Amino acid sequence: MAKYVIKRILLMLFTLFVITTICFMLVRILPRELPQDKNLQAVIQARWDALGYNEPLLVQYGIYLKNIFTEWDFGTSWYISQLTPAWDVIIGRLLPTVLVNLYSLLFSIPIGIGFGVLAAIKKNKWQDSVISTLVMLFVSIPSYVYAFLVQYFLYFKLGWFPLTVYSLADAGGSWFTPKMFYSMIPPVLALSFGVIAGLTRFTRAELTETLTSEYMLLARTKGLTRAQATTRHALKNAMVPIMPMIISSFIGILGGSLIIEQIFSIPGVGQLYVNSIVQRDYDVFMMDSIFYTFVGLLAGIVVDISYGFIDPRIRMGER
Amino acid sequence: MADKNYDNIPKEMFEFANQGEKLTDKKFDTKPIGYFKDAWLRFKKNKASVFASIIILIIILYAILVPLFTFNYDVTFMDSRYAKKGPRNTTLRNIGIADGGVTSEYSERGLIKTYAIGMGALDVNGTGDIKLSDTIGNDLQPILKIKKEETKAGNTVYTAKVDAYLEVGFIYEQIEQSVYAKILEWEKETGLKVLYPLINNNEYNNDPLDANCWYKTDSKGTPLAINANGKEMKISLSDNMQLEDNYKRDAEGNPIYWEYAGGGNTSTAEFKVRMLYYNYYIYKNGFEPNYIMGTDSQGYDLALRIADGIKLSLLIAVFVSVINFIIGAIYGAIEGYYGGAIDLAMERLADILSGVPFIVVATLFQIHLATKVGAIPSLLFAFVLTGWISTAANVRMQFYRFKNQEYVMAARTLGASDARIIWKHIFPNSLGTIITSSVLVIPSVIFSESMLSFLGIVNLGGQEGTSLGTLLSDASSIWTNYPHLMIFPAIVISLLMICFNLFGNGLRDAFNPSLRGVED
Repeated sequence: MAKYVIKRILLMLFTLFVITTICFMLVRILPRELPQDKNLQAVIQARWDALGYNEPLLVQYGIYLKNIFTEWDFGTSWYISQLTPAWDVIIGRLLPTVLVNLYSLLFSIPIGIGFGVLAAIKKNKWQDSVISTLVMLFVSIPSYVYAFLVQYFLYFKLGWFPLTVYSLADAGGSWFTPKMFYSMIPPVLALSFGVIAGLTRFTRAELTETLTSEYMLLARTKGLTRAQATTRHALKNAMVPIMPMIISSFIGILGGSLIIEQIFSIPGVGQLYVNSIVQRDYDVFMMDSIFYTFVGLLAGIVVDISYGFIDPRIRMGER
Repeated sequence: MADKNYDNIPKEMFEFANQGEKLTDKKFDTKPIGYFKDAWLRFKKNKASVFASIIILIIILYAILVPLFTFNYDVTFMDSRYAKKGPRNTTLRNIGIADGGVTSEYSERGLIKTYAIGMGALDVNGTGDIKLSDTIGNDLQPILKIKKEETKAGNTVYTAKVDAYLEVGFIYEQIEQSVYAKILEWEKETGLKVLYPLINNNEYNNDPLDANCWYKTDSKGTPLAINANGKEMKISLSDNMQLEDNYKRDAEGNPIYWEYAGGGNTSTAEFKVRMLYYNYYIYKNGFEPNYIMGTDSQGYDLALRIADGIKLSLLIAVFVSVINFIIGAIYGAIEGYYGGAIDLAMERLADILSGVPFIVVATLFQIHLATKVGAIPSLLFAFVLTGWISTAANVRMQFYRFKNQEYVMAARTLGASDARIIWKHIFPNSLGTIITSSVLVIPSVIFSESMLSFLGIVNLGGQEGTSLGTLLSDASSIWTNYPHLMIFPAIVISLLMICFNLFGNGLRDAFNPSLRGVED
């Protein structure tokens, strides 16, 4: 097990390294623009020279790697947040992203699993058809359409919620104030529809499979009631593939949703990404790309490993 | 007791079952059901998928036929004054739908101003003596209906439904003298009035740039009546309301219709005129504004733009799906068939590629290539670069499943080459799954494209065409005031996604022989 985990992590680091290298080369050969402000221009030009931005590409890459390993320095934000380290910029944006997605997950997981269980137990009855039809609809509709629907009904028609998430200052200086939470409800809802539908579909599929398996028959023969057999045997086994999916979505919340953050103007990682492209802030763009790559790779590993923890029958790394 | 000696049964006891007859395989009475036929039979049973395919067909037909059957203009036709207007159709208007109506709140002053557009438009002789009640219900009266009248903070607030096309009202324009003559001729021919009297620029005109302020008002815009003694009286809203015109008149009191604005001879001299834009539109184009889905943010016909968007989005999606299919099939086939070190090396490559977030690839391709090869090709590259991996993984798995089966061994024993075994023997068996995954690529590409356009990372908009995502992204900042900009593209895109997913799921079930007979 440990050997497998180490192997996977090493492979992940290798992949990350390759992608970072390619990304770096592609980003650094882009022409850089200096800001309009004369004083700032001189400062930035001087820093670029000092940081070796005018050296050959491979030398630049050497400097970049050296800075990362010795000083944990991923470059500097030149425009978005002037002259602060890219690492600090992205860390500062992490909390809102994580919060919104965390709320959404905490909200949707129980509902999603609940609906999935209901649909599986009532398979081929009207409850199941209703849920399955709705799931089909909700899984397919793009998330931004939900965002618009939520904005339209909750803001324009009913006026219950603000149009976008409050800024930090408006909400009392913290991400954890009740006011902030309140303004985060619309994006949380917009995110949740898709997650709930996906989870419902997955749970239903897995549970219907375990419900028809032979150990269920045995459990009923032993004298367990249907409810007992379902909760103690079927649900537990259905959780084997469901749990990794949930765990990976918890890692996925780091990445967040670009589109939802844009629509509700949440100052998160996704918005930072779009801004870094628009403002040509390449070091932040690099940082964000590395971050997204890392989150994606990490989620993949955690899913694979978690199978081994959740289900003792699965031995990882065996052929 | 019978004789139990079975070892020595005399030969005569035996008799040929079919003596004299030639034994051959019997021909099937029924037609054989092949793999695809079988899949088709089961697909037909899946009602949701059939329904979804019909809707997809309708959407595709819409994209093809609507531009063909729009005779008056093509997709490049644009009218910036009629930008962001709601759905309007002169036929459907009579029954109360697609009337170009927008419901909003008006103060009394604002309501009179909007009413006045209709009153001014019907005042063809420039006499100024027209009653409000005469214009209600007329085709040129912008106000369609007063929905509500309430008092808010001491002021009366009217909620009215107003035809946004007519609300544009009058405009000032400079035209050449020859055009002026042509318009006059056209007015005579059709009986429609385009040119209206110019407005006096005096103390009763509160906004000299606004061609809609044709009646006397105070500096705030409240209509005034001036009696013989020069005393000002405010006019309030009533059915018989009459406004006092503020037209420019010559010495005899006839309204003036044009003003010299510079330029050469009798045909090129520039005239400043005031015209009713609605009728000018008819004069210019030869038809009334009929936009069944309204107009987009720049003034293009939204119905045509959507047809264009569907075409582009679908073309991109299908193209990506086909390319992914080809690359994925070849790559996965080689991986799966040869296995071993080749498989390991190729898997590593695919692993690394699949680790790159799509959004990063798309962005980098846009930044690097968009200026060189255009936005659409670079978007296609981005889709293809990582898109084939899942198809390849699928094919690889299928090959692992089939490559050690007896029929493959038989083929190999008979001397078939690797290529023949791969393409003729194994590949057709795995075709079902691959086709299914290729179809399911289409909605995901449509979604990704719309997302990238929406975020502004890709810009596919242009005069000649647009994508559904671009339409949504255009609408995203202004849709709260113009919901139709958002609603129609969103419906189309949602329908496409839902139907392609249903269609793909139907295909998956149909191609899965283990499900044969499971469904009722």
